[in-house]
Amino acid sequence: MNRIKKAFEQVKKKGDKAVIGFVTAGDPDFDTSLELIKQMCSSGLDILELGIPFSDPTADGPVIQRASARAIANGINVAAVLKIAGKIRKTTKIPIILFSYYNPIHAYGAKNFYTDSLKAGVDGVLIVDLPPEESYEMTSKWTGDDLCLIRLIAPTTPLSRMKKISTGASGFLYLVSKTGVTGSCHLDTFNIENQVNDLRHFTNLPICVGFGISTARDVKAISKFADGIVIGTAFIKLIESNLENKELPLILGKKVKEYKNAAKMGCV
Amino acid sequence: MTINHLYPDSRGHFGPYGGRYVGETLMPAILELEQAYNNYFQDKTFNNELTTLLKDYVGRPTPLYFAKRLTRHLKGASIYFKREDLAHTGAHKINNTLGQALLAKYMGKTKLIAETGAGQHGVATATTAALFGMECKIFMGVEDIQRQAPNVKRMKLLGASVFPVDSGSGTLKDAMNKAMRYWVGKVADTFYVIGSVAGPHPYPAMVRDFQKIIGVETKKQILEAAGRLPDLLIACVGGGSNAMGLFYPFINDSCGLTGVEAAGLGIKTGKHAVTLGEGSPGVLHGSKSYVLQDENGQIKEAHSISAGLDYPGVGPEHALLKDLKRANYVSVTDSQALEAFQILCSLEGIIPALESSHAVFYAMDQAKKRSKDEIIIVNLSGRGDKDLETVFSVLGMNKGDKNE
Repeated sequence: MNRIKKAFEQVKKKGDKAVIGFVTAGDPDFDTSLELIKQMCSSGLDILELGIPFSDPTADGPVIQRASARAIANGINVAAVLKIAGKIRKTTKIPIILFSYYNPIHAYGAKNFYTDSLKAGVDGVLIVDLPPEESYEMTSKWTGDDLCLIRLIAPTTPLSRMKKISTGASGFLYLVSKTGVTGSCHLDTFNIENQVNDLRHFTNLPICVGFGISTARDVKAISKFADGIVIGTAFIKLIESNLENKELPLILGKKVKEYKNAAKMGCV
Repeated sequence: MTINHLYPDSRGHFGPYGGRYVGETLMPAILELEQAYNNYFQDKTFNNELTTLLKDYVGRPTPLYFAKRLTRHLKGASIYFKREDLAHTGAHKINNTLGQALLAKYMGKTKLIAETGAGQHGVATATTAALFGMECKIFMGVEDIQRQAPNVKRMKLLGASVFPVDSGSGTLKDAMNKAMRYWVGKVADTFYVIGSVAGPHPYPAMVRDFQKIIGVETKKQILEAAGRLPDLLIACVGGGSNAMGLFYPFINDSCGLTGVEAAGLGIKTGKHAVTLGEGSPGVLHGSKSYVLQDENGQIKEAHSISAGLDYPGVGPEHALLKDLKRANYVSVTDSQALEAFQILCSLEGIIPALESSHAVFYAMDQAKKRSKDEIIIVNLSGRGDKDLETVFSVLGMNKGDKNE
């Protein structure tokens, strides 16, 4: 059984929801990033989402843009991200998902990306600017189907398109909670719940909600109806405001625990 | 050479290039736009309204002008200028913004946004927004706001809000990033007027179709003036809309097509915008084409004295024309463009945009090498009033003023 499926089954068994944590790999630097990710994983994170930095992240707000810029300035590329993933894999059994824009993967080579991701112990990839209409050029070069291509559903996605996207999806579905870039605020929980319910008609895959979820209160609210909650910008903000702080990994670990508790409370 | 050029395909691909590489939030809007474009492009009412506006408001057809003194000076091939600088707002950009704003109107969208480099596209968008009574927001890099100050003032006068973008090098690429981020949040009621033959499908095809009037008129005009088709068509290429507009109606003919990219301080310095010449295939701003990138797929910053060519990407159809060898692409440096700028001022009494000056330089070079019975047509894509500050400061002419 693949690790993604297993992870969702385990949280379900516990009557819990999956907390998915996003950080840009290599931010602020290779070693610090490795330490803080390890701490997040050992603090109860259910799924790790590792961002591959890109120079022109058009779907991201200023916080993740800056994280990307810091990582690139420290020489982080696809190979370095896979190296980080490989080291993390040796210390944890939770699924590792890569988050990327298409160009770095295109430059790395789709075939090598597939092979090397699996070798590093990566379970899936989410490419924010590669819609189903264009993904064949990449997946046709993959030599197997062991790497999940995580699909996105947006608030603007009509029902007919939801169905189409769900059909080709694997791993889990990522529901974008709002129109806008990552890290924007004001969650409309009512609308999100409606969309999750709509989406359930077309898929048996777990549905995770992300973009703009930052507080324990948000996590609690979303975990009432979604299978997983993705938190990104809030973690990066902590990294950014503690760049010189040796306690940074512990601070992030503590935050993971806070979100985990909130998710559990949402399920009660 | 004749080819049958039928691009893009139904999925918006120009051979291996083009496509729709955007986030899911934007996909439904892109598909809606494609449908509207397909419908209205065949629609009589829409086309009549656009044609009337192009004639009465823009002043089309723009003249095809035989540059007699320049030709005599160079002692070679005849040079003609397609005078897009004489179109309303001073550049070819208005052809496209009128088309897109009209489409927005037919689609029931009331808010326009646009990115701009030189400010010509921003001015043209602000102009059409004023004309149609629409709200308008323009995203512009801080570096470009400084070097194209007159256009910023024009946009403000026309009622647009200008948003400074300070990320990256504060130029066109960064403005486009910002415009896309804004659009993701406001996609329901906002129409994104992309200024070049770039971006996700249907933009490259749609912008080309709104700009091809340049080539259609040119063909008719040169047949009237010279009784035959030209030997060579030349246009500058940043994203490539004025070039695509000129080239497209000639694509199945045997004329040479040359796009001129900005070599900035020189290719060897790394400070240039020679995307087709020095870049490699990649994905930027919604489509696959040549891009300036490092080995890790990170986009490099471009450089050019002309804000409109200062872009590390290029339209996907140009990438295809390059690969098919139907068009060839060359480059001209900042200082060469300035040289052409000055010659055109003094010999023809025309102040060209710095962007267009790149094409003029290459045309002068070719004219000298070609026989007197050959014909070269250059797209004079815009006027240079906006560039006076840049030109004066580079040539040290500001200093001269103080001494007088």
